[in-house]
Amino acid sequence: MSCDQCREREAVIHLTQIVNEQVTTLHLCERCAAEKGVESPGAVAKTPLGTFLAAMGKDAPEQTPAPRTGESCARCGASLQDFRESGRLGCSECYHSFETPLRDLLRRLHGSTHHMGERYAERGPATPSNGGHQEADLREQLRLAVETENFELAAELRDRLRVAE
Amino acid sequence: MIDLSLLTDGGVGWLDASGPSSHLILSTRIRLARNLADHVFQGRTSETEREEILTVVERAARDSVLLRRATKFRLDRLDREDRQLLHERHLVSKELAGLDPEGRVRSGATLLVQDRIGVMLNEEDHLRIQGLHSGFALEAAYAEVDRLDAELGQRLAFAFHPEFGYLTSCPTNVGTGLRASVLIHLPGLVLTKEISKVLQGLAQVGLTFRGLYGEGSEVVGNFFQLSNQTTLGSSEGELLDHLGKMVRQVMDYEEQARQVLLRDAPAIIEDKVWRAYGLLRYARALSFEEAMNLLSGVRLGVGVNLIPDVGMYTLNKLLVYTQPAHLAVAEGVSPTEPDLPFRRARFVRKVLESEVGRRG
Repeated sequence: MSCDQCREREAVIHLTQIVNEQVTTLHLCERCAAEKGVESPGAVAKTPLGTFLAAMGKDAPEQTPAPRTGESCARCGASLQDFRESGRLGCSECYHSFETPLRDLLRRLHGSTHHMGERYAERGPATPSNGGHQEADLREQLRLAVETENFELAAELRDRLRVAE
Repeated sequence: MIDLSLLTDGGVGWLDASGPSSHLILSTRIRLARNLADHVFQGRTSETEREEILTVVERAARDSVLLRRATKFRLDRLDREDRQLLHERHLVSKELAGLDPEGRVRSGATLLVQDRIGVMLNEEDHLRIQGLHSGFALEAAYAEVDRLDAELGQRLAFAFHPEFGYLTSCPTNVGTGLRASVLIHLPGLVLTKEISKVLQGLAQVGLTFRGLYGEGSEVVGNFFQLSNQTTLGSSEGELLDHLGKMVRQVMDYEEQARQVLLRDAPAIIEDKVWRAYGLLRYARALSFEEAMNLLSGVRLGVGVNLIPDVGMYTLNKLLVYTQPAHLAVAEGVSPTEPDLPFRRARFVRKVLESEVGRRG
């Protein structure tokens, strides 16, 4: 889709406006949007990932610890560069391979890095080995919670671990 | 041509206006993004791998209680018109249907659907478990989707991280993988020009809005899809609770806006809604967008008791059946047929006439 303003560049920002009681959507390229000073709720909602991905590219050399842009995921071969371009990760292992930059990204996107919802391991088939698996899982979570200084979660996990044991 | 009559209610049970608050809320949708642990994410899968994913998940689905009798649609083997039909019925995303201008259907793209729940396979994530309910029904819709997730989770190995939760192809969905959305009609807030404020307020409390067809779609007919923006850091219950609270508040604002309109400009509103009704009843050509906007006006008129003879169910049906692919199928023509606007107007006239006739 081309930009409604210049009709040349690709439209990347879709601005919904209310003009004369009508809801209209304006499709703009980045440059025309910037010229118009556009900042709509829709555009704002879309930016965290975009800005972060862009920033990862620009600021990478100055950041410590620096995202190791040259490295790629051992399982699928995807690199951070691939992620920056597509916005999609290659496989579940990428979450380990790029853990540091991803942790930062998740915090910006969601305001947290800790899953507080239903846990997959707990709901698997009820096999005898499952109990031990669950404890190991809880212990791992507890370790992570302490490591990241999330003490509230750590306390909750410790209580759950006691019950499990 | 696919036969949607095989589905319960043709897969459009969600628009029967039987659900709570259905004068304002058309439908409630919940989806959970899940991936299989032993397969790479969708961007890196091969055709063979997608077939494997399909086979494994379908087997699990046939073993489950909730999808045992599921109807299967292989999107990659359907022509564009059929894919568009499924999309217009809100059964598949634009991405799965390959309807983006530059988009193509991914091989292995499949929908399994039974009653109000289903799974999209080989979407952006391997599985998108989804449920669609009539009206405002977050808890009921989630309960069903959660049961299906548990059933499939017992039979499949999902990618799960102890800290990050369910792993997804895009980090915006990680954690619960839950996106809950409510399709709400807000003409009062649009007419009183309060809508931008409300939408900005929603963005500040972590909610987002989209158009009639979800991600990347435009707002038509004053329908807004309100949904949670974040998926990590809160439990499923908290996410649903928060969205529910905010939606109830938006519903209050909408009711207030309607009261203001009726108090300050009753004659203008009355003229507006009857004008919309008159055009729908007698126009000879209607574009899809015009039809949506007029239907919005009539819906408002029915909502504030100015137009007595039209049911919400009829308006919902018109909303779905005047879309290009639906209309084309009903008329036996192509969705790109140039005289579609004339056929649309005739279709709407016929439905409204019979509605008035039926009610005497």
